[in-house]
Amino acid sequence: MMRAAGLLALLALLTAAPSTQAADAADPAAEAKAFREFFVKKFPQVKLDDFVNGPYSMNEDMRRQWEEKEEFPPYQFALDAGKEMFSQPFKNGKTYADCFDNRGIGVRQTYPMFDATAGKVVTLELALNNCREANGEAPLSYVKDEMASLTAYMAFTSRGKAMDIKLPDDPRARAAFETGKQYFYTRRGQLNFSCASCHVQSPGERIRAEVLAPALGILNAMPIYRSEWSGMGTTSRRFTTCNSQIRGVPLEPQAEEYRDLEYYLSYVSNGLPVSGPGARP
Amino acid sequence: MSASTRLSMRTLLAVTLLTAGALPTRADSEADFKAAFVAAEKAEKEAGALRNQWTTTEAALAAAKKAASAGDFDAAVASAKEAEALARASMFQATSEKERWKDLEIR
Amino acid sequence: MASSIRVRATANGGTTEVQALIQHPMDTGLVKDAQGQLIPAHFIQQLSFEHGGKTVFLADWGPAVAKDPYLKFSFKGAAKGDELKIGWTDNKGASDSTTARIG
Repeated sequence: MMRAAGLLALLALLTAAPSTQAADAADPAAEAKAFREFFVKKFPQVKLDDFVNGPYSMNEDMRRQWEEKEEFPPYQFALDAGKEMFSQPFKNGKTYADCFDNRGIGVRQTYPMFDATAGKVVTLELALNNCREANGEAPLSYVKDEMASLTAYMAFTSRGKAMDIKLPDDPRARAAFETGKQYFYTRRGQLNFSCASCHVQSPGERIRAEVLAPALGILNAMPIYRSEWSGMGTTSRRFTTCNSQIRGVPLEPQAEEYRDLEYYLSYVSNGLPVSGPGARP
Repeated sequence: MSASTRLSMRTLLAVTLLTAGALPTRADSEADFKAAFVAAEKAEKEAGALRNQWTTTEAALAAAKKAASAGDFDAAVASAKEAEALARASMFQATSEKERWKDLEIR
Repeated sequence: MASSIRVRATANGGTTEVQALIQHPMDTGLVKDAQGQLIPAHFIQQLSFEHGGKTVFLADWGPAVAKDPYLKFSFKGAAKGDELKIGWTDNKGASDSTTARIG
């Protein structure tokens, strides 16, 4: 197996030396399908739509506790605050709704999206801050409560909608997808972990007291209330803390790599429902 | 353990101690620290360019600075050297992962 | 400002199940802020639920209770449509109360 792979790599090097892209030129749609099938095969007992519930799809005991908790979820306050913030006009009289399709209701599943004008991936968090800045307001912290409250509300209005990330026929969008994928699989930090080490190799296994979530649909539940944080966390917060936990210095929230990672992970989770805001231990 | 092995180990230990004693370890330790710290910072900056710094490198750098400001240059040099080694390890990781990341890719 | 108390009470047969979520920092007094200063203790000391002028649940809480506490209990003797009065006071003298209708 290894030898065959080595030979193939050698062949690829010999034949496609000038273009490194050529070796990676598989079809993203096919990659997303393979990604989904990997998890479906690995966890035949889990329903496809249930992967978005992370550790609860993997562990029956945790699931029972969570179901009870969902009757009165810990993200309730953030959700209420987010709804209020969302409708509150800026100083110039405009609101967040003016910045989004369908006035921001039920659009979470389309983020992150590739912005052809800027030539980069725009996450929901970035779009919210862009909206603020365009209307003369100071941007919010990407990891603190206000941002999480806003995304919680926007996710809530989109619950159950299938993730619908577009990958336009644009080499820059394609490059963002590839960068995100490479970030996902690259080992980093002194502990030498990649995102995939935990969320592809070991979903359902414990890491200390936590049960690891599968990578498929992992962002569909964002933002999350984590009991460990005693509060809400955005996707930015999740990425940066994942990095520091493996003893890597986190990048700036919304750094290009993080946005591309979000793009990749959301794209391969296309078709799975939005379940955010979520609650995690 | 036989008597002869023990003897030879003792000789080896004595030789090691002698050699160590002969080196000028404490001479101008502040300059040693500065050199070691500059080298460590440079390596960490290179790791930063590869977008792969480790928190432990940062911690060792901070420890080196703290020890130096307390006048403990032996400890400061040791921490700075550790920081440099960690930064180099992170650079090695980033470089080898440029291709190795594909090992686990779902296709 | 919305109320710090969220309540849901449902009568099922003779038993009423009550769930409540309260927004409160519940600072223990042992944690330091980013500047290294101790955050003073700030926690709910008493929480009560009243039905028909009678206290049906009374809790004496301390700093060991988590931030934004959640609680669930059930009691007998209430009917759908009855009012349930909930209130808390904390160690700084602040308080909040609300009324919920049993559904």
